[in-house]
Amino acid sequence: MSVATLDIRDLYLSFRGYVGTVEVLHGISLHIDRGERVALVGESGSGKSVTARIVLGLLQELRSAHVSGELLFEGTDLTTLSAAARHDLRGTKMSMIFQDPTSSLNPVYTIATQFHEVQKRALPTLGAAESRAMAAKMLGDVSITEPDRVLDSYPFQLSGGMNQRVMIAMALANEPSLLIADEPGTALDVTVQAQTLTLMHDLVAEHETSVLFISHNLGVVREFADRVYVIYKGRIVEKGRTQALFGNPGHPYTRALMAAVPKITGGGVADVEEASEAFAEPMVDHDRQAVA
Amino acid sequence: MNPLLSVSHVSKTFRLGNHEIRAVDDVSFDVAEGECLAIVGESGSGKSTIANMVLGIYPPSDGTLTYRGAELPARRDLSHRRAIQLVQQNPLSSLNPKRSIGASLRLPLDVHKIGAAGDRRDRIGALLEEVGLPDDFAGRSPAALSGGQRQRVAIARALACESELVVLDEPTSALDVLVQARILKLLQQLRAQRSLTYIFITHDLAVVRNIADRVAVFEKGKLVELDTPQRLFAEPSAEYTRSLISAVPVVGNDEVRLREQLAGIDHG
Repeated sequence: MSVATLDIRDLYLSFRGYVGTVEVLHGISLHIDRGERVALVGESGSGKSVTARIVLGLLQELRSAHVSGELLFEGTDLTTLSAAARHDLRGTKMSMIFQDPTSSLNPVYTIATQFHEVQKRALPTLGAAESRAMAAKMLGDVSITEPDRVLDSYPFQLSGGMNQRVMIAMALANEPSLLIADEPGTALDVTVQAQTLTLMHDLVAEHETSVLFISHNLGVVREFADRVYVIYKGRIVEKGRTQALFGNPGHPYTRALMAAVPKITGGGVADVEEASEAFAEPMVDHDRQAVA
Repeated sequence: MNPLLSVSHVSKTFRLGNHEIRAVDDVSFDVAEGECLAIVGESGSGKSTIANMVLGIYPPSDGTLTYRGAELPARRDLSHRRAIQLVQQNPLSSLNPKRSIGASLRLPLDVHKIGAAGDRRDRIGALLEEVGLPDDFAGRSPAALSGGQRQRVAIARALACESELVVLDEPTSALDVLVQARILKLLQQLRAQRSLTYIFITHDLAVVRNIADRVAVFEKGKLVELDTPQRLFAEPSAEYTRSLISAVPVVGNDEVRLREQLAGIDHG
């Protein structure tokens, strides 16, 4: 078997503040094979977004954050790399799509300028004309029918769905091996979100890009991911292949998350407990069950 | 029985330079007292424009709005403003960040002169309790609250002046699924306790299926379908409604089957 794109082992995170140390992650382990789409699901404050920021190396730059554990990216231990080496990885080998596309694009530059800037991360000598031709082709790949008009536009002149597609094209521009998607489409309409996810799904499959997909909505995850990790208060509570996990959710917290998604078959609004002792039950591992 | 609100042949046209945009195009529907009417559609379908006209933020270009049998004037008087209230999508931007929660809740009480000035504090405490927050939250600022708690405050503010019709404009779209379920539950309880009428605007048909009495589907400013959620999901007559349903992310196997049925795929 080839080496995993991302292999996180026993990751701990704590923040030092005025009131003492706050433990955020309590030893989470997660791996993503090449070309695999893996989802990390949990509610706000569960630690899913900080995990993404640690992989990108952004949190380690904070003086108040204390990170420990192993982070292997294509076999290289990220914790041993210098800040400059980490910086070189971002935007080239790993890239990220954020929740709100309109605020993550720079409002004072056109899409063409921003695209060029992204491409220069991998190809420093790339000229504006070549960049434009490449960008137009990539915008075509995300089903943008008038790439020239979009390239000459500012982000506020485009719709949310259009900006999100621009973000996806930019994130994939340098052929990264890992794409981190933090709740992409949550800020969009259901129909636009569905289209965006299908598009992203097909593109990463074609490019064999590994994806870490972060979301609070198990419904969205079911459509997109090969494997799922459910995270609650800094601990992984359930993991397994998408089919296995949705077919037979084992952990009380996973079941609560599933119940909370409104059903198109009706049944009213679910009663969701604030916090239950059952949520602290040990992890349910579908892969291990299959072996045993 | 007369409807609480009657929207009759209402249109709204916006002018942008030489451009004319017909945001709402000859729309008619009634809202019965005590019902929850959902308005669904994509961005740009005109659902928020309808809400703004109901609230009196701007008048319709054509047609009339009738409330309890009387036509709503373009310039609303205090009693109408008290009766029809709004809860917005993002409570962080709808609550004044410089005002404490208590002060935000006090303002509608002062404006509409509800209760004696001396017992405002008790009323604020009771309102907070009604939406499931401790009464010492009155002294906090919005920044110290989570998204779900802020939305609870926004709901309490809309109820403070003893409103009758509440326009809920995507009240749970910015929240995560667990918090969304709790807020929806709260809205249902409040409607029953206070005999409220809701206009619930959303793009999420799964939410609608579980809380609405009737659903109005909007496409490009037109009302394309108006029915109970049960019938709408069993036999959506408009192609557009079908596409909205099939875009809903689902978790259950029975839901996957329903979606496939609607899409006309037969998996035996």
